[in-house]
Order: sequence, then C-alpha cells, then structure tokens
Amino acid sequence: MARYLFKRFLMMILTLWIIVTLTFAVMHLIPGDPFASESDRLPPQVLANLQAKYHLDQPLPVQYGIYLKNLLSFDLGPSLKSDTRSVNDMIGDGFSASATLGLQAIVIALCFGILFGIIAALNRNKWPDYLFLGLAVVGIAIPSFLMAPLLINFLAIKIPLFPVATWGTWMHTVLPSLALAFSPLAIITRYMRSSMIEVMNQNYIRTAEAKGIPTALVVIRHGIRNAILPVVTFLGPLIASLITGTFVVEKIFAVPGIGKYFVDGIFNRDYPVILGTTIFYSTILITTILIIDIAYTLIDPRIKLSSREG
Amino acid sequence: MAADQNTDALFRPLTKQQVVPLAERPSLTYFQEVVRKLIKNKLAMAGFLLIVLMVVMAIIGPHLTPYSYSEQSLLDTNQPVSAEHWFGTDDLGRDMFARTWYGARISLTIGVVAALIDLVIGVTVGGIAGYWAGRGKKGDRIDTLIMRVIEILYGLPYLLVVILLMVVMEPGLLTIILALSATGWVGMARLVRGQILQLKSQDFILASQVLGASFTRILLKHLIPNTIGVIIVNLTFTIPSAIFSESFLSFLGLGVQAPVASWGTMTNDALGVILTGDWWRLFFPGLMISLTMFAFNVFGDGLQDALDPRLRD
Repeated sequence: MARYLFKRFLMMILTLWIIVTLTFAVMHLIPGDPFASESDRLPPQVLANLQAKYHLDQPLPVQYGIYLKNLLSFDLGPSLKSDTRSVNDMIGDGFSASATLGLQAIVIALCFGILFGIIAALNRNKWPDYLFLGLAVVGIAIPSFLMAPLLINFLAIKIPLFPVATWGTWMHTVLPSLALAFSPLAIITRYMRSSMIEVMNQNYIRTAEAKGIPTALVVIRHGIRNAILPVVTFLGPLIASLITGTFVVEKIFAVPGIGKYFVDGIFNRDYPVILGTTIFYSTILITTILIIDIAYTLIDPRIKLSSREG
Repeated sequence: MAADQNTDALFRPLTKQQVVPLAERPSLTYFQEVVRKLIKNKLAMAGFLLIVLMVVMAIIGPHLTPYSYSEQSLLDTNQPVSAEHWFGTDDLGRDMFARTWYGARISLTIGVVAALIDLVIGVTVGGIAGYWAGRGKKGDRIDTLIMRVIEILYGLPYLLVVILLMVVMEPGLLTIILALSATGWVGMARLVRGQILQLKSQDFILASQVLGASFTRILLKHLIPNTIGVIIVNLTFTIPSAIFSESFLSFLGLGVQAPVASWGTMTNDALGVILTGDWWRLFFPGLMISLTMFAFNVFGDGLQDALDPRLRD
C-alpha cells in the first residue's frame, strides 16, 4: 500500500509537471500580452519597468525556470492585473466560494441521486420508476445555463424565497448549488438505478432474502454497497470540476468563484493566474481520482490497488 | 381406423422442412433484430422522430416565414408571440422563428460534424492503442505512449486550447468545430481502446486465431461488429454534448459571430430577460436545446438496449 501510494505520488508530480509545461507553452502561443490595454497610455519606460518586474522581458525558458523555482515553494506568483493580490490570494478567495457551492451541490446530487435511483430500481416499471427516470431525463436535457435562469425566475422573482445575484449569506448559496446539482443528480440517479437492478438480480440477494432478512436491510447491507461502484467512478471528475468552480453558474449568479478568475485570466493574458488556476485544478483532479481509487478498495475488497492501470 | 392413421403420423420421421419451423422462430439477422427492438421502444422512437423533426425544421424552418434571421427592424423590438411573429422578436427586432430554425442549422451542424470528427480520430487512435496493447515490449510501449498523450490532453485546460485555436484561426463555424474536436476525441479513444482490450482477451478471438484467421478477418468479423454498438451509442451522446459545449463557448463570447446565430448565442443574448420578462427570447432557443438533448439521450438509450444481445426478448 505505502509503496503503491509513493509510486502514485511520483506519477502525480510527473503529470503535473507536464501539464504545467504544456500550459506554459500554449498560453504563450496565444497572441497578445498582459499589458496590451495599458500600453497606449503608459510611457515606454514604465512599461519596460513593468515588464522587468514580472520578468516578461526575459526569454521564455528563463521565465519558465523562474516560475518552476517559485512553484517549488508553493508560490504561484503575483497577478499581473492586480498590484496588491497574489495568485495564491485569488485562489484562496475564489476557492472558498466555489468549494462551498461545489460541496453543497455534490451532497444534494449524491443523497437524492442515490435515493431516487434505489427507489426507481426497487419499483421497476411502476410509477415511481417512471417518475424518477422522467426527472432524470429532464435533468440531463436542461443544461445548467438554462436551469439557473429558471431557478432565479421561479424561486427568486415569482416567489421571492431566495436573494439573487449577490454573495454573502448562506441563503445566497442555495440557488447556485441547486443549479449545479441538477444534472449530476440526474446522471447519478440513472447510474444507481441500472446498477441496482443488476445487483438485485444476483444470487446473494436471493440468498439474503431467503434467510428472511427484511428488504430494507438487504438493500442497505448488500444492495447499495455493491451497486454504488459506478457512481463512485463518476464522482471523481465531478468533484474536481464542481469544487473548482463552474464559470457559467458563477457568472449568472455573480459568485466570486475560481472559475471567473480562470476565464478572466485567459482573456487578460494574466499568465500567472492561468498557470496557478490550472495547477490548482489539476492537483485537485488528480488527488480526487487517487482518493476514489482508494475508496474502491474500501467499498469492494475484491478490488486491489496495483500500479498497472489502464 | 382414423386413430391408427394419427398414430402413424405421429411416429413417422419428420422431413427437414417440418423440423426447421418447429425448432426455431423465424430467423432474424442481428440488424433486423436491433431495428425490431428499437421500433418497439416508444420512447426511443419519440426521440428519433424529434431528431428528424428538428432536422426537417432546420432545413425548411427559415423559409416558412417572410422574415430573415438577420434583418433588424427597430420598430418591432421585443415583440411578444403573435400571428405576425410566431416566436416573437428579439431586442433588435429580428424574427425569433427564423432565428430559432436558422440557429438549429448552426447548432446541429456543429454537433454532428464535431461528433463525426471525434468518431474518426477517437476510433483510429483507440483502435491502434488497443491493438498494440499487450503485444510484446514494443506494443506496450506504443500503447503507453498513446495513453500518456491522452492523459495529458485530458489534464490540459480545455478552454485554453479552444481559445488558442480561436485566436490563431479566424473565428467562424469551422474554427469552433475544430476547437471542440481538438480535445473531444479523447473520450471516444479511451472507450474504443477499453472495448478492444476486453474483446482481445476473450475466447472466441483466441479460437479464431487458432483456426488461422487473419488479422483483417478478426478485425472485420469480430472486433468491429462487437464494438460498433458502443461506438454508435457514444456518438448519440457526443452530438448533444458538442451542442452544449458550443453554447458554453457562446457564454464566453467565443461562439459563432453575429449576425450568425446558434441556440447557444441566442440563449446567452437572452439572459437579461429574466428581469424584463420577455420570456420568449429565452424560452424558444432554450426549449430547442433541451428537446435536442432529450431526443438524442432517449434515442441513445433505446439504441443501447436494442444493440445489447443479452437483452434479447
């Protein structure tokens, strides 16, 4: 186990390094520079000083070296568009907002998705099945950028239950979390339903029922544990993308999240912000996938961790 | 006497023509079986009809009204739904009916073409990786190399690649399609590789090899027929997701450029209507996106069930 984790850790560092290098190359390939909008107004000397301060006058390999050196001490550098805040500050601020929304959305999607999936599977081809499957199809068909305006219209304007387009209290997080949760909820419902149907047809379930164990206990002890694996697989990328912010929902609800910093960073050619958010996202993604892999072995002891993976 | 004849008939050996209808139901080819199951699935057929309807309306829709999608009329801005303007008008007085179906052309084209490019690249790359995996040291090395490239493409921020392409090439339909497929084929490649790997280890492939079948024969007779279902089903899910991605790019102002309209740009333009109450501007393009997603999803589901030979009824 320790050996395996160490190997995975080394692979993570390697993957991250490659991603950093490629992102560095790609973002410098995009034409334009971070001070393009200021360059008309500023005297050439000031511009030259700015370039020098952020090492932008150095050749690219030197800039790359400086960045990697700072990265080793977890310093993601200054933002070129804000004189007072570093990228570390920005990620810190943005992450707290995005992670709050993301975690709430995941909890909603998981709890209700699993519940709906189980109910649908146990009542196959009866009305609860059709109800939740219908809900799931609707959830997949309505993208989050349509769900968000609909929620605002009905739960904030028609019936003023929740505040809209500001950020501060917990009440402000409800609607964006719902908007984010809707389509993962639908997908989890479908995964859970189909794997639950398959599991409930297995012999060990029949054995458990034959022993006279109440249905609820059979479902909880034998059903869920075996049926939940596909959901866990789906969870990895989902967690990473939800807690690191989704630009569209953040834009519609005016949430000061990390997705906004990333997109603004790209448009402003704010190189350290682009790199910093990318590294942050990739680290979270790779770490979640590792945690999910470990979670597999806890849920299903038949699965063993090995270094050879597809 | 009559009874005797009957017993006689019962104990007479059956001719070949009599045996076949007794032992088998009418034999159907795999393809006929798939079509039969698909037609029986009402939801999947509804999805299929919706897709056909969308395509037909995308072709004839813009011609059904005298207004053009780009013609502005500042006297008729934000008109509600009426006999004159079936879907109302937008903030520049453009007819929403013409725009919605014109947008259908753009969105459906983006979805279908991007999905087809993903299909070709993904199947080729995934097929090569799957073929070489487990074929000695050299084969494993090729497979590992391809998988690493895929992993890195997966980790690279997709938006950065898209914006790079959009800035380097001139903005337009083709650029958007290329930008979407640049990273979109990765999922298909992983899927195909996984399928091929799984199939390769199965006994019927081994049996075929033992009997001396050539690689081309194994590929055509076993590998392709056994993966085609998964590939087609994946395709029906790729098309709506490409339409969805294009809408997302529109949100960043990177979608098709005005006056060209797609459902994505129309939805994005209409976001402000939550406050003004001009619901039709968000409703119609939003409805079309949702209906298309719905149609492709239920059709894909139905196809998946129909193509699965274990679900024979």
